[in-house]
Amino acid sequence: MTEATTHAAATPTPLPAVRRRIGSDLSARGEPYVWMMGAALVAGLGMIIGLLGYVFYVGAVTFWPQQLATVTTLDGRMIAGEVFRSEDYRVPDAVLESLPAETRAKIAGNLGIARRTMYRVGNYDLFGEDFVWVSDFEKKSVTFDREMFFVERLEWGAFIGKVKGIDLDGKTVSRPDLKSLTAAVRAGEVRRRAIEVIETGEINDINHALEELRLDIRRAEIDYGASSAEVRAEKLRVEKESNALRAQFAVFEKKVTALRSTDERFTITLEAIDGRTKTLSLSRIVRLYPANAMTADQKWSVYFGRWIEFLTAAPREANTEGGILPALVGTLTMMVLLSLAVAPFGIVTALYLREYAKQGPLVSFIRICVNNLAGVPSIVYGVFGLGFFCYVLGGSIDQIFYPERLPAPTYGTGGILWASLTLALLTVPVVIVSTEEALAAVPRSMREGSLACGGSKWQTIWRIVLPSAAPGVMTGLILAMARGAGEVAPLMIVGVVKLAPELPIDFTAPFVHFDRSFMHLGFHIYDVGFQSRNSEAGRPMVFVTTLLLIGLVVSLNAFAIIVRERLKRAYQVGSF
Amino acid sequence: MSTRMTQAKADDFGSTVYHPVEGSGAVSIEVKDFNLWYGESQALWGNTLNIYKGLCTALIGPSGCGKSTLLRSMNRMNDLVDGVKTTGQMLLDGEPIFGKQVDVIALRKRMGMVFQKPNPFPMSIFENVIYPLRVDGVTNGKLLRETAEAALKGAALWEEVKDRIDQSALGLSGGQQQRLCIARAIAGNPEVLLMDEPCSALDPIATSKIEELIDELKGKYTIVIVTHNMQQAARVSDNTAFMYLGRLIEYGDTKAMFEKPKVKRTEDYLTGRFG
Repeated sequence: MTEATTHAAATPTPLPAVRRRIGSDLSARGEPYVWMMGAALVAGLGMIIGLLGYVFYVGAVTFWPQQLATVTTLDGRMIAGEVFRSEDYRVPDAVLESLPAETRAKIAGNLGIARRTMYRVGNYDLFGEDFVWVSDFEKKSVTFDREMFFVERLEWGAFIGKVKGIDLDGKTVSRPDLKSLTAAVRAGEVRRRAIEVIETGEINDINHALEELRLDIRRAEIDYGASSAEVRAEKLRVEKESNALRAQFAVFEKKVTALRSTDERFTITLEAIDGRTKTLSLSRIVRLYPANAMTADQKWSVYFGRWIEFLTAAPREANTEGGILPALVGTLTMMVLLSLAVAPFGIVTALYLREYAKQGPLVSFIRICVNNLAGVPSIVYGVFGLGFFCYVLGGSIDQIFYPERLPAPTYGTGGILWASLTLALLTVPVVIVSTEEALAAVPRSMREGSLACGGSKWQTIWRIVLPSAAPGVMTGLILAMARGAGEVAPLMIVGVVKLAPELPIDFTAPFVHFDRSFMHLGFHIYDVGFQSRNSEAGRPMVFVTTLLLIGLVVSLNAFAIIVRERLKRAYQVGSF
Repeated sequence: MSTRMTQAKADDFGSTVYHPVEGSGAVSIEVKDFNLWYGESQALWGNTLNIYKGLCTALIGPSGCGKSTLLRSMNRMNDLVDGVKTTGQMLLDGEPIFGKQVDVIALRKRMGMVFQKPNPFPMSIFENVIYPLRVDGVTNGKLLRETAEAALKGAALWEEVKDRIDQSALGLSGGQQQRLCIARAIAGNPEVLLMDEPCSALDPIATSKIEELIDELKGKYTIVIVTHNMQQAARVSDNTAFMYLGRLIEYGDTKAMFEKPKVKRTEDYLTGRFG
């Protein structure tokens, strides 16, 4: 610096003659850095595509009907089941000693490693296990019996075996053909549905009405005192009405009992591979198919039938079978509520911070705080949600609006509203930051144009700035939704449950039940994968549910991106 | 630094040489000993001049001489800049422009402004033109349509856009966009049109169209135009104000000033010896 000043003051010295190097080495041209960047990108893409590809593959093949192998072992055991997976393992010494010399030598030649296969044998009620390992050296033969059936039941999981016969109200058919079998199962399903309609429809409604009547008395007691005349009148009325309801209830119950006893006369007898039989009502069967004697069309129909069941039915067997409709509905409802809560709140906050607040150290500090909020562990939000939303807010709501239900909480416990608000709190920094950026990016000339036309600040923001910033705001919402969809930890303590008896949205008023606990795809994955009786059995469901969750997030994002592109086209800021 | 330097030179500016034509004689904007600071640095030094009603007044001078600042002070667009201080006064038809009790929005509604770069809003041509009425809450469809047509005709744009008035204004060419901005400025029926280098981003053909338009509009509106282009000032304006380092050096009849400037510095600038 000083040198430069002296030079400037003195007579200018000529530049020293430097011979410049011709050409440049690799590091100067920068290619290695470009390669490095490319490699990093490829590694990242590879991981993402690998993960998605694996999930997609496993999820997509899970419902495909597998062949049923019948394995006869050297010691005469018979095992029938689907091939689940194979692996190499080191044969334990105790097992080795029991083997004949020839097999032992073979295994020793293979460094003590042998291959084994896991068969899904089903019949949990008979065998006490769903899966059986069979080593290759134990196998005598593997056949594919065309009469083997794969039977999905409502209880006890799958049954693998032969159909011995069906009993249609006294008319017995031994070894029925597939057509009559399918027809019988269909008829059984119709009977089951008829019972379900009464149980979940009418009987459920009566139970709700009875509960309401009980609450009417409580309400009267709270309003007028326990021994007042009003309570006595109310009790009389309730007594009369509940008697009427109970009479109705008895009628329906009788109907159901009649249907049940009819239903029990239609049975199927199944025979497992070891010769044991099992007789059950035909209506307890979801689906059966002869796995080894199917055409491609039949396989596809089983495949799609399982997908449809998966998407439209409630789960059974501790969530490892059946569908995930409640989780799907719960997740979607939560995300919609989350967006409804986070969008106005985040946008209004960002508007004030960017447009109205006097920029200074305080605003900068608030901005830093908002950014830091995005880094707080999500479980902390969960704890806050439980403490503030559920206990403080919900508890007050219960005391003011639902005193008759206490001590049973209505809003004073986890529910879909509190879960959505907790997630909204978690994702609001994302919306604030991106909205602020979008507002800052609106050209000054636009604002000046509007102000010069006599627009007030608010008119300028409302008519010019916000529409121009809308695509950026949408980007923030997309990010917030994606983040919200992936959260599980905070939800576990503010309203997500393993099995929700009722959906948060249904056809009884008020249609959206904010107080209800709900099921969530992310929690469902955790629950099925790690909390079930047999995590091996739940594994396919984990992948299918993951696939669905990813699909849901992708489609929500795609929808938001389409909206954003439309806004962009409409409010593109022109230049020439 | 610049403050001290200009202060040192302040003495040799002398007072403004003042010989404008007065038109009808009525004064639209009266600037009285107006000073303006951006934070610590002073941008305008004691400017005093009358803008006469119905005339076109050009503000010229080298970059950074304060001509845009002076223009943007007239409808208080400088309020948007943090740390702006002013002393002295400006009057619009005898009413103060600066002051706590002044309703800035009402003031801006009496003046239209056209900016250096065309800034149509991202909406249809129609919505752009009637924007001043929209902010006034006008919903009468007939009135809006009539205003839009009149304003577009006034800005010599009607023939070009009448068939696509509901299409986005961003699809127009630069020159058309600038005329749209003029239409928008006159749709609010202002008394004064402020133009901040309206042609600097346009090609020569678009520029000449805008200049013709200015020629037509003056008389109906009082026009104040900032320009870098001295030929433009000579072509369109009745009076010219030459500014240098925040001072008003010479303000006078455009014809006389371009033929024979009364101040040496003006002559140097006009003949291109500096600037």
